[in-house]
Amino acid sequence: MDTTASYNDKVVRQFTIMTVVWGIVGMLVGVIIAAQLMWPQLNFDLPFLTYSRLRPLHTNAVIFAFGGSALFATSYYVVQRTCHVRLAFSKLAAFTFWGWQAVIVLAAVTLPLGITQSKEYAELEWPIDLLIAVVWVAYAIVFFRTIGQRRIKHIYVANWFYGAFIITVAVLHIFNNLAVPVSLTKSYVIYTGVVDAMMQWWYGHNAVGFFLTAGFLGMMYYFVPKQAGRPVYSYRLSVVHFWSLIAVYMWAGPHHLHYTSLPDWAQTLGMVFSIILLAPSWGGMINGIMTLSGAWHKLRSDPILKFMIVALSFYGMSTFEGPMMSIKTVNALSHYTEWTIGHVHSGALGWVAMMTIGSIYSLLPRLYDRDGMHSTKLIDTHFWTSTIGVVLYAVALWVAGIGEGLMSRAVNDDGTLTYAFIEILASKYPYYGMRLVGGLIFFAGMIIMAYNVWKTISNKKPVPVAVMDPA
Amino acid sequence: MAAFWAWFVAAGTIGFVIWCVWLIRWASKQAPQNIKDEDLVGHKWDGDLEELNNPAPKWWLYLYFMTIAWGAVYLISYPGLGITEGLLNWSQQGQYEEEMKAAEARYEPIYERFAAMDFETLSQDPEAQRLGGSLFANYCTTCHGSDARGAAGYPNLTDDDWIWGDDELAITTTIRQGRNNVMPNLSPALGGDTGIDNMVNYVRSLSGAVEADAAAMSSQPMFVALCSTCHMANGSGNPLLGGPNLTDDVWLYGSSPEVVRATIVNGRNGVMPPHGVLLGDKRTKILAAYVSSLSNSE
Repeated sequence: MDTTASYNDKVVRQFTIMTVVWGIVGMLVGVIIAAQLMWPQLNFDLPFLTYSRLRPLHTNAVIFAFGGSALFATSYYVVQRTCHVRLAFSKLAAFTFWGWQAVIVLAAVTLPLGITQSKEYAELEWPIDLLIAVVWVAYAIVFFRTIGQRRIKHIYVANWFYGAFIITVAVLHIFNNLAVPVSLTKSYVIYTGVVDAMMQWWYGHNAVGFFLTAGFLGMMYYFVPKQAGRPVYSYRLSVVHFWSLIAVYMWAGPHHLHYTSLPDWAQTLGMVFSIILLAPSWGGMINGIMTLSGAWHKLRSDPILKFMIVALSFYGMSTFEGPMMSIKTVNALSHYTEWTIGHVHSGALGWVAMMTIGSIYSLLPRLYDRDGMHSTKLIDTHFWTSTIGVVLYAVALWVAGIGEGLMSRAVNDDGTLTYAFIEILASKYPYYGMRLVGGLIFFAGMIIMAYNVWKTISNKKPVPVAVMDPA
Repeated sequence: MAAFWAWFVAAGTIGFVIWCVWLIRWASKQAPQNIKDEDLVGHKWDGDLEELNNPAPKWWLYLYFMTIAWGAVYLISYPGLGITEGLLNWSQQGQYEEEMKAAEARYEPIYERFAAMDFETLSQDPEAQRLGGSLFANYCTTCHGSDARGAAGYPNLTDDDWIWGDDELAITTTIRQGRNNVMPNLSPALGGDTGIDNMVNYVRSLSGAVEADAAAMSSQPMFVALCSTCHMANGSGNPLLGGPNLTDDVWLYGSSPEVVRATIVNGRNGVMPPHGVLLGDKRTKILAAYVSSLSNSE
């Protein structure tokens, strides 16, 4: 095939549309389980609607369906544009799309049925895990073959991050899911006890580090300079923070297991490297924000840039909060409270979702041969719903979580605990309400986005884009 | 831990720290100053993607370096690298033991005073009641409810019906050792559906829930043969075996014909977990006195 005729944008379009679809589905399930925390009767006594089954459905849908589709879409787009070649292996790329959608549909069926490995963020049972592994290897082949065929010597920084994300997620997924099947729907993980816990959080933390951070930094490094019309602030900074980030993230997992039967030295390593991770994480934020620095005036007229700058701010905030929460003394208060969920969502909604939304608004018109989205005003409305939603959400759970932590450790003069579990739970109700409202507002923004996307692409026939010659 | 893996971890840790320091040095060496918009690196992608080469911010490099320096100090002070104990000789087990010792020194006198009281006095002492109430809120409410009135399958502690007895020894034993209350499924001996229905009616008639007709009364010999070991021949129960009294209007699992039938057909397995290790003898006694005081019979 002629690799220089036209870009393969079909697979990009497919993944982009599914990003919006799965975003709505995943966040809807999130809103439902947030409501269930206030009104447990909303499970209608049906097993497949219980919180315990919908919660993994929510996390899988937003991380792997919404986030995953966004990463596939943008990485396929970016790698072609910055390598100045058509995506390698069109059929294999199409397979990754249909394979990944099959994984998502299988997850949406099996998780409500209660079929699970019971490993957080790795709930899917072995046949689906195998499919993921195959799809992921195909993804790696398509991506790296395209890099290999590039017509420009230097590999663009976005591709470093996408590449690291693809390789690492393959390693994490395969090793964490090694299991012995006993039937089609049941298997036992080969690790036991504290080793199992350590493997799980090595995986879990690096799912955050590489799936939700490195991958989206790749997205940031293409769409922020593109949208701002500015050069990347510092090549040097991108080198340092890339090599630091991928080296240090790997070690931070044990901070999920502070004060457990994990040996003290492993906890120490997890904490030390989490603290060291602060600067490498901030390197990405600095490079992104400083790239925008020559184009501040555009923020007035371009809500897409607003999405990006707020996403970068939330990235900086969450990557400060994370190392702080990994300090044992802080962790003793914050762990097992709503604060953790607040932290995760300021990262997932504030950074991941807002960077994705901004990038899709930037990308979609290019994919459908339009000058811009159907309505800039609706993008602006979406921006405000997202921002208000995530702030309400995060603040509610910070207050609930810190209160929960303080109440859990409050002791009477006679040494007994001041508050019973149920009293602590009752104290969180108002904040559960506030969180639900925040989530609903964020979700409403996604509906606005769906409408805007529909109006942008309906009646539009995409035109093949010729591969650009390198400068 | 095997020596090889200890050294492997140590080498990895130190190696990665050195790697980070090297990156900082690389970034700060020969950093260009006063970059202007036209000082592009020279690469160009996708028509307009270019790069400047600004120096990494100084404060950022210092921050990075300081976290590494702090990390090194922490690694030396605390257990780290898979091989060292740390200069501070800290361990989480040690921290736990120290905190427990401090708590014991502080609170033990309070418990000593209460432990010296007899059970009767203890169950009326307002201060002991408050303490017992806190213990109850933290250890018991999950099953027995905040108001101690229980739920289906979880005994109500405020009535005067005591499955395992209401004296000091019985209540402290229940708390300390827990209880495993098994009602076996003996229904195959009842002779099919009609036999079971008759037994259900007979059992419910013991408390006056229904009038026993002749068919129900026909189950009486079977009741004596199968059920009396735990429930006594007249259904009044046997606290020594945890057999509930069937003649009163207190029903652990419910009194409807359907629930009684389910109890007979499936049996029951009620579990109260042991709390002796968690609470220790003195607090167990205070809690038992509190639970005893909840009952109306006092």
